[in-house]
Formats: sequence, structure tokens, C-alpha cells
Amino acid sequence: MSEKKKCDPRVFQLSRRKALKGLAAGVGVLAIPSPKASASVWESFFQKHFKELSKEDLPKVLARMEEQYSREYGRPVTVKATPHIEGVKFGYGLDLSRCVGCRRCVYACVSENNQSREPQIHWIRVVRLNKEKGIDLSEAEHYYNPREVPEKGHFYLPVQCQQCENAPCTKVCPVQATWRENDGIIVVDYNWCIGCRYCMAACPYGARHFNWRKSRIPTDELNPDTHYLGNRPRPVGVVEKCTFCIQKTREMPGRYPACEEICPVGARKFGNLLDPESEIRYLIENKRVFLLKEDLNTQPKFFYFYGS
Amino acid sequence: MKRIIILLKLSVLGIVSAGLLGLLTVSSEAAREKYFDRSGRLIVIDKPAADLLRTYDTKNRPPEKSFPVPPPPFTEGIFPCSDCHEGMEPNLQRRTLEDMHTDILLNHAEGQRWCLDCHNPEDRDTLRLVSGEVIPFSESYRLCGQCHGDKYRDWRKGIHGKRTGFWNGDKEYLLCAHCHNPHDPRFKPIHPMPPPERPARGPH
Ligand code: HEC
Ligand code: HEC
Ligand code: HEC
Ligand code: HEC
Repeated sequence: MSEKKKCDPRVFQLSRRKALKGLAAGVGVLAIPSPKASASVWESFFQKHFKELSKEDLPKVLARMEEQYSREYGRPVTVKATPHIEGVKFGYGLDLSRCVGCRRCVYACVSENNQSREPQIHWIRVVRLNKEKGIDLSEAEHYYNPREVPEKGHFYLPVQCQQCENAPCTKVCPVQATWRENDGIIVVDYNWCIGCRYCMAACPYGARHFNWRKSRIPTDELNPDTHYLGNRPRPVGVVEKCTFCIQKTREMPGRYPACEEICPVGARKFGNLLDPESEIRYLIENKRVFLLKEDLNTQPKFFYFYGS
Repeated sequence: MKRIIILLKLSVLGIVSAGLLGLLTVSSEAAREKYFDRSGRLIVIDKPAADLLRTYDTKNRPPEKSFPVPPPPFTEGIFPCSDCHEGMEPNLQRRTLEDMHTDILLNHAEGQRWCLDCHNPEDRDTLRLVSGEVIPFSESYRLCGQCHGDKYRDWRKGIHGKRTGFWNGDKEYLLCAHCHNPHDPRFKPIHPMPPPERPARGPH
């Protein structure tokens, strides 16, 4: 839907982006390649926006990245750009009556999606709330660490990107480096992002994260199965976020996202909103469903529900 | 980073407004079925009319669909049970077991029930439903479903419990027994993974 607004002539986009990139370099977040930089560094600096890459250019870009990452991590890394599947709009369900706050999803996400270990980046946050107070986020506790969960009197609310249909983050991006794909996944082109972090300020869910420093991932922990718009290693100075594990889910057949697979209590549900037989449709039609910050009209495709 | 989540506010969404997305249509052939769950809450669900009829047509009811499941989570070496039980006289007496299975303590509506309400006295490698039907351990969900109809219904749809595999392809269902010990089914607390680091003061 928002695609129509993308009417800026390419020339304007490009020049504005360069200007901004220069600006960012000025504050030391990003720098223009040094004169001694290799050809591939320069190539990536002038690379086109993902959506404007031609059929001929895309494989070249992917191959260049594969080579670069494989060299950097000393093992074969693949980078794919699998497109959306026709007739699919992804939705996610989370059963608040089941979640025990064990945080296994947080760490499964980190390793599947190559999040930085140091400094630490977590795409999923689990907050603890009081049963008596209900959903009162002024009571949210992020750092609970008891011996065992669940704890008496508490329940838990995991938060990650809500993949909004009406996403505030994509609208504020000055260079359109982030957008909603046809299957509903909000993605970032890390090669296009200038690191201005407007999107982080616009996101009401705190679901976007900035790479202040070069991410550190031990080589043997790197997930080498990557997607251009998802879990490929990120450069410093860009914003990243949950993509419903685009590298796993956009396949025929497609696996479930890592957070769903790890959940020991079965609180996480995932599927195609357009398929009436999917578990996500069943829960929306049959269970009590909540949206986070519904009043902002962001129209999340992340549905919290009560299974019992 | 703290700021954001504290701002979050959850608000109620009626099932109606889920339709807001314009994605959802309710099948016109659906009929409403109402029942109460164990806590006494009224549950209303849509069910194809044919399904409803089938429920009451006991003669022509098709055999229960079975679901692909991973192997039941037996303790190693315990199965097949017939290794010991073949030739052993079944003992219908409610009693404290002393020679074997002493670790099994029923904590599951225990006053009303004994081992052989679930296990088949004639063939220990199987389970037995109230109706007398004998089922393999790979279908133990049907045993549980006799008393936990609401959970069983959700389980079949992939809502209670969990399915693994492919969201748009083959799936496997975890058995109730993979998460609940049939003899003491309350879900056992687990150790949480470490909390996130507290935000250091940002680089700026
Ligand atoms: C509510 C029904 C139910 C009752 C009552 C019950 N069981 Fe079970 N039992 C099961 C089911 C279902 C399994 C299969 C678990 C699995 O799939 O691993 C099982 C498994 C077992 C096992 C294998 C356990 C293992 O370690 O793998 C033994 C032994 C057993 N039951 C003995 C007993 C005895 C003895 C009693 C009475 C004290 C009893 N059961 C009462 C349902 C029941
Ligand atoms: C190593 C031998 C052995 C195995 C294997 C074994 N049992 Fe038993 N089982 C026994 C013995 C011995 C008793 C009698 C215990 C007593 O009376 O104190 C018993 C008793 C029972 C009883 C109580 C009722 C009765 O007939 O005495 C049940 C129910 C039962 N077993 C179920 C199972 C199931 C289900 C399995 C397989 C999952 C299994 N057992 C495997 C040896 C075994
Ligand atoms: C004969 C009826 C009956 C069957 C069969 C049965 N249950 Fe139950 N179950 C009950 C009743 C009654 C309760 C509530 C009383 C209690 O908690 O002891 C209960 C409670 C439970 C609870 C909640 C326990 C808690 O403390 O929170 C779970 C979980 C459960 N059952 C799982 C199962 C599973 C799994 C099976 C199949 C292996 C099963 N039940 C088979 C009657 C049954
Ligand atoms: C993936 C794990 C998983 C599977 C599989 C599973 N359950 Fe549960 N079940 C849970 C959890 C977690 C709870 C919540 C326990 C708690 O809050 O203490 C629960 C709760 C329950 C309860 C207690 C009532 C309630 O709403 O809290 C019953 C009864 C129950 N399950 C029955 C079943 C039956 C029957 C099956 C199979 C048809 C099944 N479960 C399969 C994880 C599972």
C-alpha cells in the first residue's frame, strides 16, 4: 500500500542519500571508504537500493557478499534473496496464558539471526508483569532472574517487532532503506541504511536496534544460512530488527521462526493469515486477542491471545 | 532502550476488530458450538455443520484422525512393557506399588483413578479408553482428550501444545505427554535464561 508513495525520482533519492551519508560520516558513524579500500568496498558503497537491483545485478551483489563474509568468518556463508511467496501474509500469535518467561526465545533468536554478542543486541525482550495489575507496563520488569519460572503472581510479555501493517518506522526513513514486503515482513537494506535512527524513535515497541560497534559473533556460532534482508552479518552503524526469520520462513516448505521452534510451552504460533486452516487464523477467530498499543493504529500482525 | 517498552500499552481487541485487517472471513458453512471448559467459562466456536452432525452420528462416524507424532517420551528401557508384563497376572487392586514403578506417584485427580483406568490390563503395551477401545501410546492424546476436550480441540488446531516442522508443509504434533507427565501433569517450573545486560551509558 505504501509502495505508491514511493514516487521520488531515483535521482533525487540517490543524491539525497549520498548527502546524508556524507553527513553521517561527519559525525563519525559511517565513513566513506578510504582511498586504499579494495574494489569490493567501493562497489558496495555505490550499490543500488535492493529493490532497484536488476536481475543481473542481484546475483553479483549476493556473490560479492558471500565472498566477503566467508573470508571474514573463515567458513562458507550463503546469502540469498528469496522473494515473498504469493498469497502469503505472515501473522504471529503469542499465548500469554502459556508463556512462562524462560527467555529461550531471546537466545534462539540471537543465534539464528546473528545478533551481536558483544555489545549485546536482543531482538526479543521479555518483560515480567503482575497478575493483579494486569497489563500495566509501568510495572514492567526486564531483569527478573529467579531460580525458576513462572513465579507466583506474575505473567510474562515477550515483545519483538510487531510487523505493523501501518508501520511508523518505514515512514520516517529519509532514504527508504526500510519497507514492508508483500508478505508483511518489515525489512532493512543494511547497505542503504544511513544509521540516522529515526525509525528507532518512531517505533512504539522498541523493536529496532542499532549497531554502535562492529558486531562480535564467534565464528563457530555464526549461522551461515543468511538472507540479504535478514540475518546476514550487519555492518556497523545500521539498524536491525526481527524479520520473522525470513531466511527460514520464506521457503517451500518453510520452517517456523526460531523463537517459535524453541518455545518449550508452545506459546508461540506462526502462519499465513490468508489461509483459513492456519493456526494463526484459528486463534484470531476463536480466542481473546490483544494488540499492543492498538490505539496508535499501527495495525500489528503480532497477536497476543489467551489460550485458556 | 528502557524507555520504549515502558511506553507500551496493551489494549483490548475484540475479535471483530481482528477483521479490521480485512483478511478474515468466517466460513459460511460454519455452525456455532457452545460448551463450558473446566473452569466454567463458556466457549463458543465455529464448527462446520457436517462436523456437528458427525458428533452425534455414532454409527457412521469416521475413525478418529490420527496425528503424526514423535516417539512417546518413555524412560529408556521401559518399553515394550510386555517384556515384563507378558505372563504377569494383571493386578487390578488399588495399592502402593513396591516391587516396581515406585517412582510413579499419581497426582492427577488421583482419588478417582487407578493405573488401569488408562493402561490396558490385557496388553500393557497399549492404552485403553473408557469406551473400551485400545489405542497405541502414539495416540495417548485421545486418552487425555476424554476428560480435557477443550485442550484436545485446541491441540488438534496447533494452539494448545505445539506443532513442529513446516508452517506450510508437514507437521508433527508433540504429545500431551511430551510436556505433561500423565501421572503428575502440572507443568514443571524451569530455569530462565539470563536477563539482558543493563544498558551501559550510550556512546553519546
Ligand atoms: C491418566 C492416565 C494414566 C494413569 C492413571 C496412569 N498412567 Fe501410566 N502412563 C500414561 C500414559 C499416557 C503414559 C505414556 C507416557 C509416554 O508417552 O511416555 C504412561 C506411562 C507409564 C509408564 C512408562 C513411564 C516411563 O518412565 O516412561 C509406566 C511404567 C506407567 N505409565 C505405569 C503406571 C502406573 C504403575 C500407574 C498407576 C500407579 C499409572 N501408570 C497410571 C497414562 C496413565
Ligand atoms: C522391568 C519389568 C517391568 C517393566 C519393563 C514394566 N513393568 Fe509394570 N510392573 C512390573 C512389576 C513387577 C509390577 C508389579 C509391582 C507391584 O505389585 O508392586 C508392575 C506393575 C504395573 C502396573 C500396576 C498394575 C499391575 O498389573 O500390577 C502397571 C499399570 C504397570 N506395571 C504398567 C507398566 C507399563 C505401562 C509399562 C511400560 C511402559 C511397564 N509397566 C513396564 C514390572 C515391569
Ligand atoms: C478421567 C479423566 C482424565 C483423564 C483421562 C486425564 N485427565 Fe488430566 N485432569 C483430570 C482432572 C479431573 C483434573 C483436575 C484435578 C487435578 O488437577 O488433579 C486434571 C488436571 C490436569 C492438568 C492440570 C494439572 C494442574 O495441576 O495444573 C493437566 C495438565 C492434565 N490434567 C493433563 C492430562 C493429560 C496430559 C492427560 C493424558 C495423559 C490427562 N490429563 C488425562 C482428569 C483427567
Ligand atoms: C508444548 C507443551 C504442551 C503440550 C504438547 C501440551 N500442553 Fe497442556 N499445558 C502446557 C502448559 C505450558 C500449560 C500451562 C501450565 C501452567 O501454567 O502451569 C498447560 C496447561 C494444561 C492444562 C491445565 C489447564 C490450563 O489451561 O492451564 C491442561 C488440562 C492441559 N494442559 C492439557 C493438555 C492436553 C490434554 C494436551 C494434549 C492434547 C496438552 N496439554 C499438550 C503445555 C503443553
